[in-house]
Formats: sequence, structure tokens, C-alpha cells
Amino acid sequence: MDWLNILIQGALLGGLYALFAIGLSLSFGIMRLVNIAHGDLIVLSAYIALVTINATGLGAIASLVVVVPAMCAVGYALQRGLLNLTLSGGLLPPLLVTFGISVIIENVLLELFGADIQRLHAGTIETASLQLGGIAVGAYPLVVFATAVAAIAGLQILFYRTALGRAFRATSDDAETAELMGIDNRHLYAVAMAIAMIFTALAGVLMAIRTTFDPAAGPIRLIFAFEAVIIGGLGSLWGTLLGGMVLGLAQAVGAALSPTWQILAGHIAFLIILVLRPSGFFPRTRD
Amino acid sequence: MIGYRVERATRESRWFAAFLLLCLAALAALPYWGGPGAMRLVSEMAYYLALAQLWNLLAGYAGLVSVGQQAYVGIGGYALFYLTSEFGVHPLVALALAGPIAAAISLLVALAVFRLRGAYFAVGTWVFAETFQLGVSLIQPLGAGSGLSLTPAIVREIAPDRAGRELIVYWLSLVIVVFVCAVVYLTLRSRHGLALTAIRDSEPGSASLGVDNFRTKLMIYVVTAACTGVVGAFIFLEKLRISPEAGFSVNDWTVVVIFIVVIGGIGTLEGPFIGLLIYFGLRELLADYGSWYLILLGVVAVAIMLTAQEGLWGLVARRFNLHLFSVRRHLTRLPGG
Repeated sequence: MDWLNILIQGALLGGLYALFAIGLSLSFGIMRLVNIAHGDLIVLSAYIALVTINATGLGAIASLVVVVPAMCAVGYALQRGLLNLTLSGGLLPPLLVTFGISVIIENVLLELFGADIQRLHAGTIETASLQLGGIAVGAYPLVVFATAVAAIAGLQILFYRTALGRAFRATSDDAETAELMGIDNRHLYAVAMAIAMIFTALAGVLMAIRTTFDPAAGPIRLIFAFEAVIIGGLGSLWGTLLGGMVLGLAQAVGAALSPTWQILAGHIAFLIILVLRPSGFFPRTRD
Repeated sequence: MIGYRVERATRESRWFAAFLLLCLAALAALPYWGGPGAMRLVSEMAYYLALAQLWNLLAGYAGLVSVGQQAYVGIGGYALFYLTSEFGVHPLVALALAGPIAAAISLLVALAVFRLRGAYFAVGTWVFAETFQLGVSLIQPLGAGSGLSLTPAIVREIAPDRAGRELIVYWLSLVIVVFVCAVVYLTLRSRHGLALTAIRDSEPGSASLGVDNFRTKLMIYVVTAACTGVVGAFIFLEKLRISPEAGFSVNDWTVVVIFIVVIGGIGTLEGPFIGLLIYFGLRELLADYGSWYLILLGVVAVAIMLTAQEGLWGLVARRFNLHLFSVRRHLTRLPGG
């Protein structure tokens, strides 16, 4: 492998990390909620896909027709039933409730599916590659990256061109005034979480085709998502994509040096950026 | 003349102090009336109580919710193993040295994570713990991925025979938990404790009254890291073996600790005692059902956060106006005042 190839692989891997991060970024942007269970929800999506595939014989990508609505329902119910109750009580309740949910999801998955490593198979696309200027680029990483770009573009349209997006922005700026203007924040937050779960479901299924997963695979995904968000700058979705790419590049370079260095190199890059540029590359929201 | 006086001790707190001393005396004598199984259980409870009080000081009083305290458990453990095997330091001295080592590292960590606020601080500390785990598993002198064991020669430095060693390790666990509880209690009674209360109630308010919020929080973070390092060194002195997964385990050293504190009552000194009893009770009760006790603990913790933020102890304290640790100041009318 030459270096150009490694850099391209790393940048494309950033697309997956951006997909991990979008859900986290949305819930923080709109309701100032940092969802510690985010990584476990990604893994939950992968397990729902696994069950769907085994039950119906659908393909891995096609299973999204079940996984996305299921996760949207989970997201809406979670926000409406539990998380909304935590938003008025300061720092501890949202943090510790989502932390508790994270542990519950992980251990329920462990009880249901055991600790075995799982993987989804998507057929020939996994190994297909395209020749771009003499370099072979994997078709699948390219598809994942394109999905991330399309997801962010779609969200930009949602935020700046639709009434729902206007309501999101209004609530994000000033929840109380938005409520006075007739917005039902409890419902709006639940819709926001449902939308965040679309991307979480996508991220879960696309991840499960690319790498193996097990019930304990959630926290590290939360950490990757978090690193992408902080590197990119809170509240900026394109920044998050860039953050994901920086993280992917660091990991690819680390992995090229030695496979044991992959994740560590990502953490180190994140920590260096945190010290040198604590608000990331494109900061927009203040916490 | 002045008819009131500021007091901290109450009648209940004096009785409770006497009761605690009595319990401690009974536990110190446990080797003479209980078996080795009971000693192991009590010493495990002792170090979990110490970890819980430390996390409670950090999260419940200083508002620094860390999901990365396992970093200092691991660092303390590795400090013990490295100092004893490479430099021939006596294990008990190495145990004490684990404190300053963890404190020094925590200062460097704080440089980065104190740039993050609230929940982002929580995940930032977690990244550090993961980084330490991955880093240690690459370092050959620290045993890399497979870890280190204490050699028999080092173990014999504690006591020549197994029974003697078990006795010393058991008493050591009591010394450590008393030490940690004393550090937390005295910190809260000091002017720093008052500053912490002010910060908790309003950061701008406390800053305007001359409290250095940043420095107060940093001090709490470093003190907590130092004590957690000592507890970590003790845990692995008892286990005699350490590996990156065991040393930096988020489940063992942070998840369980958070559940203990949240269920018992975050931001109260009494809470961790209650949470500890509930955790060990459930664990023993559901020992045959895999990880269901963790699921149950998670459900209870979530329910408590949603309905009674101050935990089970908070409910008791509010119902009966009971405060067993004399941390709060209150006014007493003087006779004839």
C-alpha cells in the first residue's frame, strides 16, 4: 500500500465516522442533550438488521426498510418517554440517564445474542473496487462516504428550507420563546430524536457490513462520534464530516505503521487537536 | 448579645459517628470471628466504597462527571507493579507513591479535558482512559497486552506466609477506606467544601464572591485522582495480577461505581453507603443470572435519576430531616439567647 492509497482509505473511513456523529450532533444541537447511549443505539441498529435478515431473508442494505422505522420509533419513544423528563434538571439527569440506558442496552443485547462476534454480508459490493486515476478505491467505502455527504446535504435542506427545520432552529436558539410561539417542544424533541435515529440506523447497518460487532461495541462508537464532533466543532455538520475525515486519516496512518496503533493514533490526534484548538475547526454552538 | 451559634454536629451525627467507630472495630476484628471469604468480601466492599466516595466528591459535589476514573485505577495498579519489580520498592511504599504519580498524570489530563464542559467532559475523560489502556498494551516493560504479575519474592515482602499476607491486605483495605472517607469528609468541611457548594449552586455567583472556580475544581480533580490511584494500587496488590483490560476496565471501576452513587444518593456522603449495600445485595442475589443484575441496576439508576435525583438517601434525609455526616452548617439558638 502506498501512502496516497492509505490517505484515501482514511478519508473515506471518515464518512462512516461522520454518520456515527450526525445523530449525536443533532441531539446536542437541538436539545443540548449529549446522548451517552448513542454508540449502543448504533449497535442496536446492527442487531435489528441481523434479526431482520435472519427472519425475512432480505439483504443487508434492504434491511434498512425495517431498521430505519424501528429505530425512529425507538428514538421517538425514548425521547418522549424518558429523555424529555431530564432536560429541566441540570447536568446530571440527562447524562446519567443516558449512561444507564447505555448499560441496559449493552447487557440486554448480551443476554439475547451472547458475546459472539457478528457481521452482516452485503454481497459483491463489499469487495468491488473502482479505478480512479490508477488507484483502486473500494466501492463500498465510497458508497458510505457518499451516503454521509448526502445525509448532511439533506439535513441542511431540512434545517434551512422547511418549516420543521425552522422550528428546530427556533427551539435550539430559545426553547421558551419557541414554545410561546406555539411549538410543542416535547413533540419536537421527540421528532428530532427520531430523525437522529435515521442516521444512527444507517450508521449501524453500514458499520456492520464493514466491520464485526458485538454487544460491547457501542462505547467505542460513541467515542469515535464524539471525537469527530469535537474535532469538527460543535454544531457544524460539515465540520463533523471534516472531523470524521481527520479521525479516519489519523487511524489509517496509525494502522499503516502497525495494526495495534490504529485506534490509539485516532485518540492521540483528537487529544492534540483538543489542546491546540479546543473549539474545533468550525465551531458554531456554544455549550 | 448574639443569640445564635453556627454548628455542624447534630445529635444524630454524634450517634452515627459512634456507630461507625463500633462497626469499624467489629470489622477490624473480623479475622478473629469470620472466615477468609468474609474478609475478601469486606475488603472488596471497602475499595468500592472508597471509589464511590471519590466519584461522588468529583461528580456530586464538584459537578465534574467523569467516566474515566478507571484511568487512575489502572495507573495506580501499574505504578505498584512497576515500582516494586523494576526499582525494588517495598509494596506498601509503592502503594503510597501511586498517589503522587496519579496526581501528576491527572494534572496533564486536566490540561486537555478541562477545556470540555458538562457531558463532553465525561466523554473526554473516557477517551483518556481508553488511550491509557491502548498505550499501556503497547509498552513492553509494562507487560504489553498480557500484563504483569507480582513475583513471589515481592509478595513475601508484605508478609512471609499467605495467612499473614491476607491479614495485612485485609486491614490495609480498612485503612484505605477510612483514609479516603476522611479525605472526602474533611475536604467538604474545609473552605474548599464551602466553595464547592457555592459553585454547585451558581458558578457566576461563586466567582463574583471571590471563589476561583477553575482552581477549586482542578484541586478536587487532582486530589480525587491521587486517592483513586492509591485505591487502584491496593486493588491490584490484592489481585496480584494486572492487565490492560482489568486495570482500565470501565465496567468494573466506573459503571458499577456510578450506579452505587446514583442509587444511594449523589451529592450526599451517606448515599454511597446505601448504594454499596444495594449493589452487593443484588449481585449476590442474582449471581446465577448473568448480567441481569447490571440491567436491573441500570433500570433502578435511571428511575432514580428521573424521580428522586438525590437517590434513596435523599428521600430518607428529606422525610426525616436526617443528616448523619456533619458537613452542613446550621444555626443553633444559644440557651438564654
